[in-house]
Amino acid sequence: MGIALLCNAGVYNTLAHAELLPATTAANVTVYELDNGMRILVLPDHRAPVVVSQVWYRVGSSYEHNGVTGISHMLEHMMFKGTKKLKPGEFSEIIAFNGGEENAFTGTDYTAYFQTIAADRLELCLRLEAERMRNLKLDETELKKELQVVKEERRMRTEDNPQALTFEQFQATAFVNSPYHHPIIGWMDDITNYKVNDAREWYDRWYAPNNAILVVVGDVQPAAVYALAKKYFGKLKPSLLVPPKTQIEIPQLGERRIKVHAPAEVPYVVLGYPVPVLKTAKEAWQVYALDVLAGVLDGGDSARLSRELIRGQQIAAQVSVSYDMYDRLNSSFVLSAVPNDNKKVADIETALRQQLNKLKTHKISAEELARVKAQVLASEVYQRDSMFYQGMRLGLLEAVGLGWQRADEYVAGIKAVTAEQVQSVAKEYFVDQHVTVAELVPQSSITAPNVSGE
Amino acid sequence: MNMKKLITVMSMMLWASVVIAGPTIQQWSTTKGSKVLFVASPEIPMLDVRVVFAAGSARDAQQPGVAQLTSALLMSGAGNWNADQIASRLENIGAVVSTGADRDMATLSLRSLTDADQLKIALETASVILSKPTFPIADVERDKNRLLLGIKAKQQSPGDIAADAFYAAIYGTHAYASPEEGVAESVQKLKAKDLQAFHQQYYVAKNALVVLVGDVSRAQAEAIAEQLTQGLATGTKAAALPTVANKVANLEKRIAMPTAQTHILLGQAIVARNDPDYFALYVGNHILGGSGFASRLMQSIREDRGLAYSVYSYFAPMAVAGPFTAGMQTRNDQAEAAIALMREQIKKFVEQGPTEKELEKSIQNITSGFALRIDSNKERIGYLAMMGFYDVPLDYLNTFNEKIRAVTVTDIRDAFTRRVHPEQLALVIVGGAVTKPANK
Repeated sequence: MGIALLCNAGVYNTLAHAELLPATTAANVTVYELDNGMRILVLPDHRAPVVVSQVWYRVGSSYEHNGVTGISHMLEHMMFKGTKKLKPGEFSEIIAFNGGEENAFTGTDYTAYFQTIAADRLELCLRLEAERMRNLKLDETELKKELQVVKEERRMRTEDNPQALTFEQFQATAFVNSPYHHPIIGWMDDITNYKVNDAREWYDRWYAPNNAILVVVGDVQPAAVYALAKKYFGKLKPSLLVPPKTQIEIPQLGERRIKVHAPAEVPYVVLGYPVPVLKTAKEAWQVYALDVLAGVLDGGDSARLSRELIRGQQIAAQVSVSYDMYDRLNSSFVLSAVPNDNKKVADIETALRQQLNKLKTHKISAEELARVKAQVLASEVYQRDSMFYQGMRLGLLEAVGLGWQRADEYVAGIKAVTAEQVQSVAKEYFVDQHVTVAELVPQSSITAPNVSGE
Repeated sequence: MNMKKLITVMSMMLWASVVIAGPTIQQWSTTKGSKVLFVASPEIPMLDVRVVFAAGSARDAQQPGVAQLTSALLMSGAGNWNADQIASRLENIGAVVSTGADRDMATLSLRSLTDADQLKIALETASVILSKPTFPIADVERDKNRLLLGIKAKQQSPGDIAADAFYAAIYGTHAYASPEEGVAESVQKLKAKDLQAFHQQYYVAKNALVVLVGDVSRAQAEAIAEQLTQGLATGTKAAALPTVANKVANLEKRIAMPTAQTHILLGQAIVARNDPDYFALYVGNHILGGSGFASRLMQSIREDRGLAYSVYSYFAPMAVAGPFTAGMQTRNDQAEAAIALMREQIKKFVEQGPTEKELEKSIQNITSGFALRIDSNKERIGYLAMMGFYDVPLDYLNTFNEKIRAVTVTDIRDAFTRRVHPEQLALVIVGGAVTKPANK
């Protein structure tokens, strides 16, 4: 679904292509729960004297309603702006002084704060995270200033990036009443009008130990981590949590098609179909089959879209598929493409839909199925190279309410997928009446786009 | 808990902390004369290999884009295989191979499981890709068109336009001046034979470096390096690049674009890898704009005034004078004010240097964070490639902290005064704030 990062190097990280793969085996994860409901997951990894500490909150843009869209992300920025005991910026200063790297990110279904630091400094991270979990200051002057920063962030990520702008409009069209309708960073007008109280209410409502998960990966012993977590988080009072309203997306009753006119040089098209996710599917196998299907289309240079659309018919210059099976709410199966210079968006749309039809009418080959499974198995090993990523998987699964054990079920789930199942999900979900299409129409205009919130 | 006190306590602990050694690096040469660097990393049954050539866009000469296109075409046909067969061979076993080129290096990266059968297929495929690419005409034409479209797409990104203009400004007629992807008029003219010629000259054993990190023995690593280089022509090492003229070609470049934000880059060509001033410049810049929230640029431009989301500066050491870059993006109507602030911060830093306190904090941060930079195979192989390619002494990682700790305020002031000239920095401004026509 994309991810907003509080980063300062202008590097845009995204989980939009998160075909997340398992990183670890359950055998190594130790789970604790404090009396106040906070969950703690520890995964020892002794390859280096380093530890990754992540605090995940079960809140993100899909918890928001109109008028305060992006408030989760705004609050993420404010979490660095001072607490009862810490001056604005002091959190970062202390971590930096101790050689740590730290940041945070907001997604549709979670907000997470992390530090990577020498293993013997873990205590410091936990102490500081516990302090800002309950004692954030939320000063009006700081908010006003930081809101300008977030507006700059939005200009950089979205307003001046025609593909991002198109994708944002796609989401707003594909989702009518689901909160996936609005962008993680929020609409410009909402950002402009945040009040301290909006952030305060959000903080009071969601930032509590019983809505948080601590994930620690690295050169640590589980029992020692638990003792430290208990020491710092154990004394925090839980809150009465009122879960967000369900807001299940209404059924789509016909094709939706929009055009986005924006200054650009190259056309771009996004197609999407409503699909279930692991959390909402009646049958888990359907979700694994959709994931395999995504791999058949877009799992590398030997996958169908690359082989047939880029190399074979030479219709596309770029093409990609994204499906996030770990979303909290019903999601979209999304295909996006840039047509070749001598082709039109209509050509690429036709070609993509032909590919989907072929999946409905013919079973995928045994070789394709085997390839996707081999890629999953290999990726599972490769993931282990990144402590951060291993923590990310565990935290994400916990935050969306699936439970970390699902990481281990992934490989088995994928292995069990059959060609018939792939065909069956293609038939069920790639229905013409359910498509949403957003087309970027490049404008070589010389006037700036009309940006709201100025 | 009093945080100030905490810092004091923590800092006392720091001086007592153990010295973290870098990984053990083994070095040798293949029979054909390629340099090899290897780090055994037995914890995970996987192997990362990179084969690096001095064959980046700095070698484009009169054909901007030829290095990029050659690199892109390697996997489109090799030996008896076409693009589909190459992709299937690798992906059927879960191996990941990619090729790419920047200004200095052209790289093939391979990641594979160390299962014997799978590794055998992955290495066999990679060695043919490197030594026997066929550059099929149809594939060349297709990828050329894709590259041309990529070059066109850059024109809708103010960040990309700014970066290209910046390199053109600071490098003038030097090989680093043109974009890594080349330029449309040159790419249009490229033919299969041009790529073939480029490959013959630069993808040769004497111009190759092999780096390996993973779960293999020294004997296996030797055999792998042999296998990957044996098919290459012996050839010769690429000539040293010409030095960079110290004066920037174009002090100010404004490019109008219908954007919500103005992108700003300020800088000059300064530092090569192995430059004796590097550590002083690196630590100094850490304070100026390289340490995220703690940096002066971030403090004054983002934290104090909310003018930008991303504001930074860095030295990027390259084979010859790599750029010092300070950059940010801000709402169009704030651009001039932000530029003035950035200039003022740089000028002040060059004139006065950092305070002792700032230096202490930066040294703490860099040295205490050392272990973080080498805690994965991916990071380690990045360091190996850098060290091997630029002939950096193999004790670089082991002596890194020591060298950082040795940097003084005087060293920083001295290095910045000699090397960074605020009045000679090129300024590139791209965005809606601009009313003047663009310089051609």
